[in-house]
Amino acid sequence: MSEWDEVYRENILDHYRHPRNRGLLEHPDITYEDANPLCGDQLRIDIEVKDGRIEKIRHSGHGCSISQASASMLCERLEGQPLEEVKKLTREDVLEMLGIELGPVRLKCALLALKTLKAGVYGLTQWPGEEEETA
Amino acid sequence: MATTRTGAATAAPASRRSGFDPRAVRERFPLLAARREPPLVYLDSAATAQKPDVVLAAMDDFYRRYNANIHRGIYAIAEEATAAYEDARAKLARFIGARAPREVVFTRNSTEAINLVAYAWGRSALASGDAIVLTEMEHHANLVPWQILAAERHVELRFVPMTATGELELEALPGLLADGRVRLVGVVHVSNVLGTVNPIAEIARQAKAAGALTLVDASQSVPHMPVDVRALGCDFLACTGHKMLGPTGIGALWARRELLEAMPPFLAGGEMIREVKLTGAKWNELPWKFEAGTMPIAEAIGLRAAVGFLEELGMEAVFAHDRALAAHALERLPEVPGLRILGPPAEKRGGVVAFALGDIHPHDVATVLDHHGLAVRAGHHCAMPLHEKLGVHASVRASFHCYSVPEDVDALVEGLHHAREVFGR
Repeated sequence: MSEWDEVYRENILDHYRHPRNRGLLEHPDITYEDANPLCGDQLRIDIEVKDGRIEKIRHSGHGCSISQASASMLCERLEGQPLEEVKKLTREDVLEMLGIELGPVRLKCALLALKTLKAGVYGLTQWPGEEEETA
Repeated sequence: MATTRTGAATAAPASRRSGFDPRAVRERFPLLAARREPPLVYLDSAATAQKPDVVLAAMDDFYRRYNANIHRGIYAIAEEATAAYEDARAKLARFIGARAPREVVFTRNSTEAINLVAYAWGRSALASGDAIVLTEMEHHANLVPWQILAAERHVELRFVPMTATGELELEALPGLLADGRVRLVGVVHVSNVLGTVNPIAEIARQAKAAGALTLVDASQSVPHMPVDVRALGCDFLACTGHKMLGPTGIGALWARRELLEAMPPFLAGGEMIREVKLTGAKWNELPWKFEAGTMPIAEAIGLRAAVGFLEELGMEAVFAHDRALAAHALERLPEVPGLRILGPPAEKRGGVVAFALGDIHPHDVATVLDHHGLAVRAGHHCAMPLHEKLGVHASVRASFHCYSVPEDVDALVEGLHHAREVFGR
């Protein structure tokens, strides 16, 4: 394994090769699509909500390994959780899940899923900590 | 002669393939010369070129020795600065075959040059019911300014289609021009994604016969091949300094003098006026009418040095060199399983090769290549409609300039094999 393989820790490659919760829902309560204009990545997230809980959650679209893996990890973590959990998630949580250092361009890939999720669930286009991106 | 000047597709003979030694040229680029073990494999010259020592020295010399604002200072260094700035204009004018320096207006880049035409010419010359012809191959810089204008003035946009191999369907042009409503044909000279060299002289001839002007986005041609605006027969031409070994922040619009004379100013302020009263002003002469405020003086002086450097290499030789590297890439890249090259065969393109590697996302490819010391571009390269037409979301692009060597291509192939190992599924 050379140095660069570290970038794609096994965890990310695993989610990229075998994405969890991938697909569409037939009757989603929440559905939201977003894109990363820089690279053309597109992501759609479908959610079925029951008694305030995320009954089912699916992601679809196309993108790089980082954006796909982060969508897969987020969906896996959120299924069965209270919808409120989405509000609590931060960018740091996502970066921690991915477990790698990212430059500014790839950071946008990593955060696309969280952005889509927050916008879909709460209509939020910004979340605490985002201003750091321009720092 | 006219055929080579317009970049018609003929393979460069082997004897002309290297009019210069790219390894010696490389030594003239401090950034590249400093990166030996391992070398930086810079394959993103279509985004911006590296800068030779003479460009850095010229700008440094200006700031250290004769930094002053141009045109109005009545003292020695201001006069020296003015002379250098205007000489830069004259040098660029000669480089692209303009009749006179006053036909060259300095801008920030090609994008600003095209916007200048869209605002100053478009808003004064176009009316509801007129049409503009563009192509499906355009960079966003030659699409969006016209979209804004079209919406504002109820002008129709028409598009020359692009084939699956990334060439313009020129058979469609007569039909697009037939009703006589087309006032402008805007076309990219060399595609920034596919490297396709478009037959500008033929397009301009047809446009002229139909009563339309031709605007050429020459961002990727002026830096890499001989360009002569009179041989092309176009009316407007936009180019940018940083892709032609010069600094960022300086570009140019060339236009026929009578067109510039008739156009109102674009930006208003100092220098572009002859006389100002509180309630009105008279415009300055060409080209200063279009150069409001303090211009990028050091950058113009840097660009002058860049043009000199290119002239020394010879643009025929630069073009032959770039195309030979593209041909080498087209030969070697298919060794990588699943790789799909976008664009035309070698004889129809300049030094740009874009490709898709199976369903591996270009970002992932570029990240692996980065860790091999290769700088490539990944994404839609500001040409989303082009990618849509080719049925890919994005691509990886390798592009060359005078300092590129065949080993760069070999390193690319090796890196791509590695990318497949990591991301193949």
